[in-house]
Amino acid sequence: MEDFDKLSILQLDALMEIANIGAGNAATALAKLINARIDMSVPRIDIKSFAQVPDLMGGADVPVVGLYLKVSGDAPASILFILAIERAAALVDLLMGRENGTTNHEGFSDMDVSALMEVGNILSATYLGALTIFTDLKFYPSVPAIGMDMAGALLNAILAQLGEVADQVLVLKTELKRDGQGVVGDFFLLPDPGSLEIILGALGVGELE
Amino acid sequence: MSSIIQVGMADLKVARAPDKLITMGLGSCIGICVVDRARKVGCLAHIMLPSSLQAKNNQIRAKFADSAVEMLIEDLQKAGASASSLVAKIAGGAQMFKFSGQSDILKIGERNAQAVEECLEKNRIKLLASDTGGNYGRTITFDIETGDLLVRTIGHGERVI
Repeated sequence: MEDFDKLSILQLDALMEIANIGAGNAATALAKLINARIDMSVPRIDIKSFAQVPDLMGGADVPVVGLYLKVSGDAPASILFILAIERAAALVDLLMGRENGTTNHEGFSDMDVSALMEVGNILSATYLGALTIFTDLKFYPSVPAIGMDMAGALLNAILAQLGEVADQVLVLKTELKRDGQGVVGDFFLLPDPGSLEIILGALGVGELE
Repeated sequence: MSSIIQVGMADLKVARAPDKLITMGLGSCIGICVVDRARKVGCLAHIMLPSSLQAKNNQIRAKFADSAVEMLIEDLQKAGASASSLVAKIAGGAQMFKFSGQSDILKIGERNAQAVEECLEKNRIKLLASDTGGNYGRTITFDIETGDLLVRTIGHGERVI
């Protein structure tokens, strides 16, 4: 289903609902991990041309930390967790039990990077776990890859994989916020071309209008 | 007054001096900058993939190295450039993510750079300078007047090629 315009309201709602539940589980897991309250935004669903996707991440040349997991199984997809660079440093402080402001984002240690990757693992596993319960589809996340650079640059490599068959991409975005401290990061699910039909079918709303 | 024209992913734009062309956040993608210095007309293409031949969907020509080079020659000629006086500079083609198991897709940057160089040579466009590879993103600004290509990075310096 590369013709995203044909998605019905019912189908978009169904996708929002799984994003909501997936991100809800991920938020709970993150809250336990850092022992703080995590709120989440209402999920957003966007159908964008490649050129527009970086805007969803705050702009193509914004410095970010990106955690990327390739999801294989019944409905392959990409997962991306994007954190503004100073937010990533703040998250590392929490994970490593340091005082806020200790970690310098220019000097993440190997342990810091490893801690961030673990966050990617936990968020993805919980998000996908919820999706599996809902759809009865199998999802297998890869080991996370980490990149620290311009948002657009990190996106290039991910979108290139979809570019062979698609000109547009469907993005499910949920913002995770720490109680009173602003945004922690944005969680993105990008189904591969063809996966959307499988997910919608499993949700019982596979028929196109 | 000169303006700065933005070029997005899988996009191609033609401009005339004194305007400048910019593309932000090149990762594995490549920015192909081609100019006819005498006629002061140039273009910037932001390609994502090496070849349109293997792709199931190749409608957007600026997405692939081969079709983008053909397209930019056509567009530049339409804008008054002479095909024989075109020169190029390229940047991008980095490897942004490190996985423990290296898959082919992650070497897309390297394959893109190679494809762009081949396509330019095939179409007899002289490559004057390139800044490709590495593991970091680039934002590039192409000055059509001077032919200078400004490459900016995060933590890997700034240079003009």
